[in-house]
Amino acid sequence: MKSVLAILTVVVALVGFWYAACVPMNIHEAAMQAQRAGEEVTPAEAPERRHMGRISLALKNTGLWSTVFSQERPQLPAPHQVAQEFWKTTWGMIERGRAFSKRSLILHGWITLSATLLGFAFGTALGIVLAVSIVHSRAMDMSVMPWIIASQTVPILAIAPMIVVVLAALSVDDIVAKGVISMYLSFFPVVVGMVKGLRSPDAMQMDQMKTWNATRAETLWKLRLPSSTPYLFASLKVGVAASLIGAVVAELSLSSNGGLGARLLAGSYYGQTVQIWSALFAAAALAAVLVWAIGVAQKVTLKRMGFAQ
Amino acid sequence: MNNETIPQVGPPKAVVEARGLDLTFQTKDSPIQALKDVSLTIEQGDFVSFIGPSGCGKTTFLRCIAALEQPTGGNLTVNGMTPDEARRSRAYGYVFQAAGLYPWRTIAKNIKLPLEIMGYSRADQEERVKKVLQLVDLEGFGGKFPWQLSGGMQQRASIARALAFDADILLMDEPFGALDEIVRDHLNEQLLKLWERTNKTIAFVTHSIPEAVYLSTRIVVMSPRPGRITDVIESPLPKERPLDIRDTPEFLEVAHRVREGLRAGHAYDD
Repeated sequence: MKSVLAILTVVVALVGFWYAACVPMNIHEAAMQAQRAGEEVTPAEAPERRHMGRISLALKNTGLWSTVFSQERPQLPAPHQVAQEFWKTTWGMIERGRAFSKRSLILHGWITLSATLLGFAFGTALGIVLAVSIVHSRAMDMSVMPWIIASQTVPILAIAPMIVVVLAALSVDDIVAKGVISMYLSFFPVVVGMVKGLRSPDAMQMDQMKTWNATRAETLWKLRLPSSTPYLFASLKVGVAASLIGAVVAELSLSSNGGLGARLLAGSYYGQTVQIWSALFAAAALAAVLVWAIGVAQKVTLKRMGFAQ
Repeated sequence: MNNETIPQVGPPKAVVEARGLDLTFQTKDSPIQALKDVSLTIEQGDFVSFIGPSGCGKTTFLRCIAALEQPTGGNLTVNGMTPDEARRSRAYGYVFQAAGLYPWRTIAKNIKLPLEIMGYSRADQEERVKKVLQLVDLEGFGGKFPWQLSGGMQQRASIARALAFDADILLMDEPFGALDEIVRDHLNEQLLKLWERTNKTIAFVTHSIPEAVYLSTRIVVMSPRPGRITDVIESPLPKERPLDIRDTPEFLEVAHRVREGLRAGHAYDD
């Protein structure tokens, strides 16, 4: 109960801050509209207002404050505007039987989700394979690890368009192209976590395996892999969020088939800031659900394996 | 390394034979001589205890027998083979100080672990698990998980695991060190009964003088810097040993001899 109250307090504070921030952010547009409608604005002419700071303009025009919360193309949409748009494009669509129409966030969310899950699955598999080979081969450990780390330092926004466009030109399915970017971002936490996890059994357990004359494969399968499960789940949580980011970033270059990234792009083209924000919230909600789902799987699995006692 | 295989004429009576064994650890500042000129013969059916202060080489010697360490000089054979060959032929079971059971496996599956690695059939595995759980008095606990068992029971399960695959030699490195005295007494009794029933050769490392005297037919007293054998005491106590034997004068005399050996090895000096 205490934590619910604490969370609620923080949420209320954040929303309050958001409403307050709408005023200086949208005041210039509000002043412009008021001027066109012939109302009184201080200062009256646009050229004078252009160089004024937002806060000072807001303070000078307190009468305009109520108009900043319902603009059509605000710089910063108000919380209720975002909520309304979100509702309209999700539940509202379901009610009208058009859950998968082109305007529905559910459709776009599903498109992004499928690319995310595909990339996540491949990224996890790749990560595990790489981790196993790094742990078992000195050559791999010394040669591949630096490259893996370097691969993550390249800004994904720069290379994603290149990869995605090349793959699309090779007639690869869109979802696969997006999945490649997702895989690229999600394999790294899995490699790092699994390498640590595969190396986690202590010297005594390794000695024990030696006294039974176990092969390296048997040690891997019976000791190392089960021991690494806690580390794997921690990495999966990071990996799934990274995978979603990868899918959204890929959609910025491959937006013809929809998806949340495509929605973001369309919103920014047409100045539909409310659309942008609601797509953003949809992506955040999707990430939260995915991480929560992995958390549940983690709890159940680790309890059954005797780790979380 | 100087390990040679002693040529065999007839069945070996000596199970472990060490001659002039040396082990020096090369460390960053100065080399540490963990074993110096250790010579010992362990015969079939013996229960040999190794006792001494920390750093005297008793665990190191046990690990050499198990081929977990390589001696830097001298001769060591197990069952007439090099220790590594003995390891590969699964000649011994090793019990560590911690039980080391896998939390994701039940007790039965934990005991099956070496059996799976060694390629026993499913039916064989079931049979052995049953037999060995009975030996250590853990019948009915096969389906439980390690965290559901107390420390003493976990260690018994670990011993059961070491017994599961018919190794003639049991190497035990302070297996009861982490347990309290009452449980220890109980487990000592059980271990002796087990030894009588299975007639294995047991090498047992311990810190406790009463434990060493109670359990063994032979007590090897070691001392550190460098690790060496100070005294080998043949125990005059009878093979049948109830716990009360620890109050008899013979027992105290042997314990006294052990203490003298430790003192001679400067175990009680600062």
